Amino acid sequence: MYACSKTEVIKPQTEDIRFVIPKNFPDAVYKFDGNTLTNNGFALGKKLFYDARLSADKTISCGSCHQQFAGFANLDHKVSHGVNNCLGKRNAPVLFNLAWQKEFFWDGGAKNLEIVPINAITDVCEMGTDLNTIVSFLNRTNPYPQLFANAFGTATITSQHFLKALAQFTATMVSANSKYDKVMRNPQQNVFTADEQQGYQLFKDKCASCHTEPLFTNLNYTSNGLDLNSADEGRKVITGLPTDKGKFRIPTLRNIELSSPYMHDGRFNTLEKVLEHYNSGVQHSENLDASLFKNSQLGIQLSSIQKQQLIGFLKTLTDDEFIKNKIFYEN
Amino acid sequence: MNIKNIMILLFTVLIVGFTSCKKDEVINSTEKGSVTIEFENEVNGVPLVLNSQNYKNANGDSYNISVFKYYISNIKLTKTDGTIYSIPESYVLVDASKPSSFLNSFKNIPAGDYTKISFIIGVDKERNLAGAQTGALDPALGMFWTWNSGYIFVKLEGTSPQSTATNNVLTFHIGGIVDPNNTIRIFSTDFSTGNPLRIRADKNPQIHFSANAGSLFTGKQNISFANLNFTMGGANSVIVADNYVSSLFEFEHIHN
Repeated sequence: MYACSKTEVIKPQTEDIRFVIPKNFPDAVYKFDGNTLTNNGFALGKKLFYDARLSADKTISCGSCHQQFAGFANLDHKVSHGVNNCLGKRNAPVLFNLAWQKEFFWDGGAKNLEIVPINAITDVCEMGTDLNTIVSFLNRTNPYPQLFANAFGTATITSQHFLKALAQFTATMVSANSKYDKVMRNPQQNVFTADEQQGYQLFKDKCASCHTEPLFTNLNYTSNGLDLNSADEGRKVITGLPTDKGKFRIPTLRNIELSSPYMHDGRFNTLEKVLEHYNSGVQHSENLDASLFKNSQLGIQLSSIQKQQLIGFLKTLTDDEFIKNKIFYEN
Repeated sequence: MNIKNIMILLFTVLIVGFTSCKKDEVINSTEKGSVTIEFENEVNGVPLVLNSQNYKNANGDSYNISVFKYYISNIKLTKTDGTIYSIPESYVLVDASKPSSFLNSFKNIPAGDYTKISFIIGVDKERNLAGAQTGALDPALGMFWTWNSGYIFVKLEGTSPQSTATNNVLTFHIGGIVDPNNTIRIFSTDFSTGNPLRIRADKNPQIHFSANAGSLFTGKQNISFANLNFTMGGANSVIVADNYVSSLFEFEHIHN
């Protein structure tokens, strides 16, 4: 134990960490301006991401609720389970392709990737601490001063460098090597099965107006009719607009197979239940998305075969290379 | 020419030279100087004492103040000839509990006579949306909203027997950058032309402002703590910002 803490080191990164925009992706929103991506910065961000000592009772790290095998969401947890066994309000979202996201959280309240972690750090039901406590812990805990010096040229740790290191780690999480991507980028060598192809066509007809390719979200906010009266006001909390009540950020569908449960409150634990909601469960909520109330008909009608075909397609969005990419593993 | 005449000539040259210098001071275009801006916190003319002192708002409600903090930023100085100098990276957080935050110095200001100052009460939109900041804008300073990211421009907390909130608390966190609830406000004031701000290399003039915490509760609309005792952005924050925009700060004087 003693020897272990004495020899605590970060394994040197064997290859250069790079941020590359996939061929089928648009330009990124986060451009690492003033936060040049380096191996040292990335490795430090990763160490911070997995360090539970940063939380109030030293039990919860970012990685506790953002698990790589679940697309960095929280498998089997409807809502976040934070310090002191406290349960949060909303489902922990997946973390990848964040560099393309203009706003964060289910209500879009955070407007820059670098400042996103402060919310989870300070939430009494998540990490239950504050930036000053973390910065002072890091300044007196080896090997952090050395690691910050390696990454940012100064051993005096500030909240700014702490947050920039985390952003180097999280912005570099890119998921773009699913079967879907391979088919799109190289259709000569990769093809969908017949059912997947049917599912893709259904998806384009019925889902893509909100879950727009290639990010599988149009980055907007909407109500998908979960409740007649949403207990969680969602986007209205941020804008104050009655027309935003019950609206939430449209989530990406990438790695959806791995990131159950679904919806802002994690109410559905299978994709079948999600599709059944769209088929028969849509409520005429006050700000219901127009695409879910066409010709006086609520929801999106789907036969059981269509549901299976859609799920077949959604599973082509699973990116094993990302899920198993060792550069994101806890050391 | 004898010695006496030479002396007289020399004297004359010196006097003429000295006088003309005084009359027509030439400021080198590269000359730079500094200025210190001081904020003296008060409540309606009485020095602010945190926690222990009771005050009355215009509505007649009694209250005390435990926290009073505010940002000013984007300071601009205007010369007598109308040219404007923007002090780069001018972000100041004044915290009534930290006397060291009352005096704020700025260097490398072009020398000259300035007759006007303006600044944002709060933080410009760009920095509200930017990534992790440091210095006065460090989010660890407790003036940053994490749930709806952006800076709290003016923060006043306290209690009032009239407040209907739990424990009679007053919570006024003013911020927000999106219309119609944008609370970015610009304050400007003229100095007396008789005593402009004289920036010179060999001087460190001081500008004194008073900052009136009581200004949040009167002006455009008197605040009754029974009706409004909590705001964190939104329409009620706009009411408070419209109250303090013209009276939070008052220019007192300049020490040149």
